[in-house]
This record gives sequence, structure tokens and C-alpha cells, in this order.
Amino acid sequence: MILSVDELRFLYRNHEVLADIAFSINEGEIVAILGPNGVGKTTLLKCLNRILTPEGGAILLEGDDLSRLGMMEIARKVGYVPQRVETGRLTAFDAVLLGRRPHIGWDVTEKDLKVVDAVFRRLQMDHLRLSYIDEMSGGELQKIAIARAIVQEPKVLLLDEPTSNLDLKNQVNILSIIAQIVREHHIAAVMTMHDLNQALRFADRFIFLKGGRVFSHGGHDVISPGVIEEVYGLPVVIGELGGVRCVVPAGEACGLLND
Amino acid sequence: MHFADGEVPADYLGYVRNKVFWILGGLLVLLVLLVYSISVGAVEIPISDVIATLLGQNVSHKWDAIIWNIRLPQALTAIAAGVGLSVAGVAMQSILRNPLGSPFTLGISNAGAFGAAVSVIVLGTGTMQSRVADAVTINNPYLTTIMAFLFCLLATAVILLISRIRGASPEVMVLAGVALSSLFTAGTMFLQFFSNDAQLAAVVFWTFGDVSRANWPELALIAVIVAGATIYFVANRWNYNAIDAGDETAKGLGVNVERVRLVGMVVAALVSAVIVAFLGVIGFVGLVCPHMARRIIGDDQRYLIAGSCVMGGILLLASDTVARLIVAPYVLPVAVLTAFMGAPVFIYLLLRGYRR
Repeated sequence: MILSVDELRFLYRNHEVLADIAFSINEGEIVAILGPNGVGKTTLLKCLNRILTPEGGAILLEGDDLSRLGMMEIARKVGYVPQRVETGRLTAFDAVLLGRRPHIGWDVTEKDLKVVDAVFRRLQMDHLRLSYIDEMSGGELQKIAIARAIVQEPKVLLLDEPTSNLDLKNQVNILSIIAQIVREHHIAAVMTMHDLNQALRFADRFIFLKGGRVFSHGGHDVISPGVIEEVYGLPVVIGELGGVRCVVPAGEACGLLND
Repeated sequence: MHFADGEVPADYLGYVRNKVFWILGGLLVLLVLLVYSISVGAVEIPISDVIATLLGQNVSHKWDAIIWNIRLPQALTAIAAGVGLSVAGVAMQSILRNPLGSPFTLGISNAGAFGAAVSVIVLGTGTMQSRVADAVTINNPYLTTIMAFLFCLLATAVILLISRIRGASPEVMVLAGVALSSLFTAGTMFLQFFSNDAQLAAVVFWTFGDVSRANWPELALIAVIVAGATIYFVANRWNYNAIDAGDETAKGLGVNVERVRLVGMVVAALVSAVIVAFLGVIGFVGLVCPHMARRIIGDDQRYLIAGSCVMGGILLLASDTVARLIVAPYVLPVAVLTAFMGAPVFIYLLLRGYRR
């Protein structure tokens, strides 16, 4: 077990956003945090590396209490890919090199440069090395952000809607990369997602949030029309298409929305 | 997680070397400009004599007196102030996540001007004389400087206080700075309205930033503060790079964004306050020199901070040199020239876009 969360509670201006959150994550697993807009998915993700400070509960990272670790120590173990990536007049190599920040003393070492180079090769982005990130497409930029988190050499990767602005090919491409890295390096990934079909395809476990609490939590078996309707308030059907499980809004759902 | 198969990419090393060459080239230009600046003025000194005198050879007593007592401190003050304003500007642009960030965004120059106005008008430290070359004199420069400095610090303290209450977000800092600027401007106007001609002239004169006001002791103080601040900003270059990538990315990389922002703001404010208090208001350098450097060596703070320092030193020294020549034997305050000199260069760089 890499990460375990117990009785996590988070308040925003005395308003309870998250309560009674409990789950654990093993090496080599991808966990999808699912739920409607505004339910606290991103908040939960940010509590997992203490970008936000929870009100109560315990988060253990490889057995260490997260609240006892410094920000730099956490950054050496947890990589974070936010939803929004800022650009600037920076080469892709420099932008990714920034991910070595938690490991860098006064200046970069040969090792830092080698790790960044290896990640560029691994993600097949060598050709982008000296491109400026302010001239890149959304898909390339997202890869840069993920590469930046990977060169942190983390045990856990946190990704906030990693595919939200991407076309279909880039979505599959990015999620495949994450899945491969997680399996190859025996780390774990936690991502918030809206696309249930991509979640079904790439995640091993699912956490459904409703009203700031865990509504349902488990493997593929928790994905059922009943759970999804309860969480999203929309009837769905789940079927197989070309050997792949997919979720689509039920026929009556569309009529229901037209009323 | 382990990545063992990487190499140090040669093309990247070449790219980095290129940036270093630009900075070293800038330093060389600055050095040449320094020697030239010392040689020209009301009395022309041959370049060879300037170099010999600077190297400690006793060429002539007259040259010694002019160079060591007047021209060298003035030129070095221009460099120190240019470096200080520019480095404070590049830090503020990162801290405030705003390309319009400069040492004066927080209302510091207007606070300093208000402090000087209080000193001149209320405490009576300014008078007017009949000589054209130096028509207006601040007859108690120390008190004026101290008052200007105190009000600069006051402005900083108010913004710090607001940041503590509302959180150190860039928006809060920028807007608080704009509000303070207007407040101090209004305060200065109020005082000016009730002042006599001599006081009014003295206040206006004070606000024209002028590097010739400093002598060795003032220069030493400015240089120490500027050097300390530059070292601080360079030490934080990775944190500023992280903040440039977005607050959340920075926090995910272990950067204490709020603290870096607050401390950086205080350091930048202190540098600006010292420069404003001793030299008056010198605009444009802090805002534009970092952008000139960005156009040439990009946004990576590892090179940008050094590049901005060099650019600031060059612009202010060049402006001061021209200010001493353009209406010789009279000397214009350098603040008049910085925008005249810098704006065309900057507009050219804007039009040309980034260097590929």
C-alpha cells in the first residue's frame, strides 16, 4: 500500500466540503475519482499532497503521516499535474527540468539532465526538446506537464482531469502513457475524471463522490447503472461495444433533459 | 521510479551556452560603456587616461579628482540603481504574475515622492536659489531622504498588512498597490496646493530621479542592498520559475508560494525604497529592462535575472551618459532620458518578437 486515507475531512470557510473520506491505493494501480461538478474531486486531490490542508483525518504516504512531512519532502514523493498549465518563453526541456526542483540543491546536476532526457525519450518527445512551450498545442503541453511530474520521480502521481481539453486521440495517448508509467515503475496514480468511458478503460479502481462523501468505492464491479444514476442523477445503460465496456446516457435520459 | 538510460543532451547544452554568452556579452558592453561614460562630459578625458587612472596609475591630479570624486561614483550609481530597479522588476513580474509588475507597481515611488513633499513643504527642507545650473536645492537632503524612505516602507507595510488579511494573492497585491499609488499622489497634490513656489519647485525637482545625487557613502549603501537583493532573487530562481508555471504547479513542486511571494515583495520594495529615497523617481527601467531581457534570452529565471541586471545597468548608464552630453554643459536628470532611450529600443524588440 502506497497511500492510505482515513476519515479525511476538509472545510472551506467553515463549510464542510469533504467528510469521512477513506480509501487506500496500492502500487501499480490507477484510481479514478468520479462525481459531478463541484462535488470536491479536485479538493480531495489537492489534500493528497497538502496543497490544501485537511481539517482532520490521516493521510499516510508509504506509512509516513503526510502532515509531518515538509512540502519539499512531499514533492519528492508525490507529483501533481494541475488542470491548468501556464506557458512562458521556455523550452520544453527547461519546463520539464523544473520538475527536478524538489531534488535540486543550488544548481542542476548531470543526473537531473539525464533523468529529464530519459523521460523525453520514454514519452517519445525528443523532437520537442528545444521547442518553446508557448508555441505548443494543448496535447503537447499536457504531455510536458505530465513529464514534469514524472521527473519528480514520485511514488504517487496526482492528475486533475488530465484529458479535459484534449481530442480523442490525445486523450487515449495521454492515458496510455500514464498507465504504462504506473505499471513499469510500480507507482500509483490518482486522477479526477469526467469521462466515465476513459475511466472504465484505464482505471483499476473507482471512487464515486456524492455530497462530499464517498458514495461507492471499489473495482470494476462498482460501475453499475444504479450507482451512476445515484451519483450523477442521470439514468445510463452500460454495454459492450467492440469488446469494450461503455457507459451511455439511457434513451429516456435524453427525453428527460428535453423537458 | 528510476530512469537510467538518459544522456546529457548536447543540443540543450549548446542552447544554454548561448544564453550565457549573451549575458557575458552584455557585461562586456557594460564595461566598455562604463569607461566611455567616465571619459565624456564637460571635460573630455582620453580613454587611455581613464583606464590608467582606474587601474590606479597617477596620470594627473585633475583626472584623479574628476574620475574618483565625480564620474566614477556617478557611473557606478547608475549601474547599481539600474541593476536594482531591473532585478526588483523581474522579481515583481514573477511574484505578481503580471507583465506590468515593476518596483513601482506597489505605489513605492509615489509614496517616496509624498515623503519628500512632506519633508520639503511641512518640515521646510527645500529652497530655491538663483543659479540656473542648480536652481533648486534640497537644503537638508538627509531628512528628505529619510522621510522618502519611511513613506516607501509605510506603503510596503500597508500592502503586507492587506496581504496578511486577504492572503498574498497577486490580484490583492497589485490592486492594493494601485490604490496606494493614487492615495499618495493625491496626498502630494494636496501638499503642493498649499506650498509656495520655491517648495513646489523643490518637490518637483526631487522627483526627477538623478544618479548624481549619490556619492561614495550613498553608493556603498545602495550597492550593498542591491547586491543582497540580487543574491536573494538568484537563490530563488527555481521558485520563481515554479510560480511562473502556475501556483498549483509550484505548490506541487514543494514551493511555499505565499511565503516566496511575500518575502520577494518585501525585498523588491526595500531595494526600490533605497533607490527612490537617495536618487528620486527613475521610471521605466524596472518595468521594461526585464522585458528587453526576456525578448533576448527568454523567460527562464536562471538566465533572466542575470540578463535583466545587465540590461538595467546598461540602460541607466547609457541614459545618464546621454543626459550629461545632450544639453552640455548642463546635465539633465537621468529620469528624463530613460524612457526616451528605452522606449524606442523596447518597441523595436516588441515588433521583432522573440529571438529564435
